[in-house]
Amino acid sequence: MQSYVQIENASMVFDTRKGKFTALTGIDLHVDQGEFIALIGHSGCGKSTLLNLVAGLLDATDGVLLLANKEIKGPGPERGVVFQNHSLLPWLTAFENVYLAVEKVFAGRESKAQLKARTSAALELVGLTHAAAKLPGEISGGMKQRVGIARALAMEPKVLLMDEPFGALDALTRAHLQDELMKIVAATQSTVIMVTHDVDEAVLLSDRIVMMTNGPAATIGEILTVDLPRPRDRLQLAHDPKYHELRSQVLEFLYSRQMRPKEAA
Amino acid sequence: MNAVTLNDRSLSEVMEAPETEALPAPAAPVRQTPYFETESGKRFIEGTLTLFKNAVPPLLGMLLFVALWALVANSGGQIPGPGETWAAAVELFSDPFYDNGPNDQGIGWNILNSLGRVGIGFSLAAAVGIPLGFMIGRFDFLNRMLSPIISILRPVSPLAWLPIGLLVLQRAEPASIWVIFISSIWPMVLNTAAGVQRIPQDYMNVARVLNLSELKVFTKILFPAVLPYVLTGVRLAIGVAWLVIVAAEMLTGGVGIGFWVWDEWNNLNVAHIIIAIFVVGIVGLLLEQMLMLIAKRFSYE
Repeated sequence: MQSYVQIENASMVFDTRKGKFTALTGIDLHVDQGEFIALIGHSGCGKSTLLNLVAGLLDATDGVLLLANKEIKGPGPERGVVFQNHSLLPWLTAFENVYLAVEKVFAGRESKAQLKARTSAALELVGLTHAAAKLPGEISGGMKQRVGIARALAMEPKVLLMDEPFGALDALTRAHLQDELMKIVAATQSTVIMVTHDVDEAVLLSDRIVMMTNGPAATIGEILTVDLPRPRDRLQLAHDPKYHELRSQVLEFLYSRQMRPKEAA
Repeated sequence: MNAVTLNDRSLSEVMEAPETEALPAPAAPVRQTPYFETESGKRFIEGTLTLFKNAVPPLLGMLLFVALWALVANSGGQIPGPGETWAAAVELFSDPFYDNGPNDQGIGWNILNSLGRVGIGFSLAAAVGIPLGFMIGRFDFLNRMLSPIISILRPVSPLAWLPIGLLVLQRAEPASIWVIFISSIWPMVLNTAAGVQRIPQDYMNVARVLNLSELKVFTKILFPAVLPYVLTGVRLAIGVAWLVIVAAEMLTGGVGIGFWVWDEWNNLNVAHIIIAIFVVGIVGLLLEQMLMLIAKRFSYE
C-alpha cells in the first residue's frame, strides 16, 4: 500500500550571505493516513524546516514530497498549519479568523449559513464558543493557540501540521491542550505531523517519534514506534513501565548520542 | 492573667456606664446622611478632585503665558497686551463672514479658504502618496528605484517649490495647492511604505497557507496591518500642510489666513496678527486631534 505522505530523499539548502547552508539532507519518511508523527530534535536540527517543506512554505532543493500521490507544490488548504506563535490576525475576532479559512475552502460549495455553522462547530470543538466574538488581544495565550487549531481543523485538512503548537504555553495549559488534541484527533481521524522539543509530549501524543540528528545537514537519526494503547491517560502512563522505557529511549538518543551542538564542540 | 482581664472589663464598664446614662436617648433616627457621605456624593467629590487635578497645570500654564505676554506688552514695545487683543478678537469674531470685495473679507472666510486649499492639496497628496507607498513597500525594485529621488526631494523647503508651481500652473491659487501637495506627500509615502515592509512574516504565511486571493490578502491582511502606519503618515502630513499654507499664502495673496496676516502687517494691526497666530495654532490642533481620534478608532492593539 502507498503511504499517505511520502518524503523521498529530500534535502534543503539555503543560500545565505556566508554561502550555502545545508539544513536537511537525505530525508526519507512515509506517513500513513491517520498516523500521528512527532518530529523531535535539538534546536536548529531542521525540524521546522522539514515541516515547512510539507506545508509547502519552502521548496525542497532536492528530492520529492508527495501527499496522496500528488506532488506538493506550494502551500495549500489541504494541509492545515498550526503555527508556533498562533499567527492570528489581530484585527479579526476569533470567529472571523476561523471564518477566513472556512470561506476559502468551502465558499464555492456551501451557503453562507453553512460556512458560519462550520466555523461555530470548529470553535466548539476547541471549547471556545464563548470567546467567538473576542479579538486575539483579548484572550489568553492558550485560547489563541486553540483558535489557531480550530482554524486549521475547520479546513478539514488531509494533514494537520503543527509547529511546536504548545511551546509557548505554561505547563498546565499545555497538558490541558494536549488532552484536547488527543480527543480531537481521535474524533476526526486526522493525520498529524507535529514538531516538538518536549519528550513527554512526543511519547504521549504520537504513534511514531521521528528523531533528528543535529544540523547542519541534519537527517532522520532514528524512528521510534510508540505502541501504547489508545486512548491514553497521562496519569496512568506515569506508572506505565513501557512509557518510561520509550521516554528514556528518546532521552538516550537526544542526550547521549546527539549531544547538544555546543557540548559536542 | 485572669485578674488583669477582669480588671480591664470592670474598668471599661465603669468608664462607659455614666456616659451612656448621661446621653439623652434619641427619639428617632433624625440624623440624615449628609450628601457628601452618600455614594453619589462621594463620586461627585472624587470627580471634582480629578477635574481639579487635571485642570490646574494647563490653566496655570496659560495664566503664566498671559502674564508674561502682558509684561512684555507693558514694557513699552509695540505689542498689544492680552486685554487689547481680546477686545479686537471679540470685535473680529462678532462678524466673521462679512464680504466687502476680494481684499476685505471676514476672518471666517479667510480660515475656510485656507482650509479649502489645504484640503485639496492634502487630498491629492493622499490619493497619490498612499498607493505609491503601498507599491514601494511591496516591490523592492520600486523601492530601490525611487528612494534616492525621495531622499533628495524630501528635505527641500516647501516654499522652494512655489516658483515651479507658478511657472507651470500660471496662477497663484493652484500654485499654493501644489506647494501643499508636494510638502505633505512625503510623510504619507514613507510611513505607508514602512508599514508594508514591517508586516510580520507570520501574517503573510497565513495568507500563503490559506491560499488567499490577492484581493483577500489586501483587504484582510495588508490593509488592516498597514492602516495604523498610514494614519500616522496622514497625521504628520496634515500638520505639515497647515504649517505651509500660511507661508504660501503670504507669497501668493488671495483670500486666506496667511495673506490676511500679511495684509494686517501692512496695516500695522498687530493685534490681528496675534489673533491670527492663535487661530492658526488652534485650527492645527483641532485637525491633529481629529485625526488622532480616527487613528484610535482603527488601531487594533
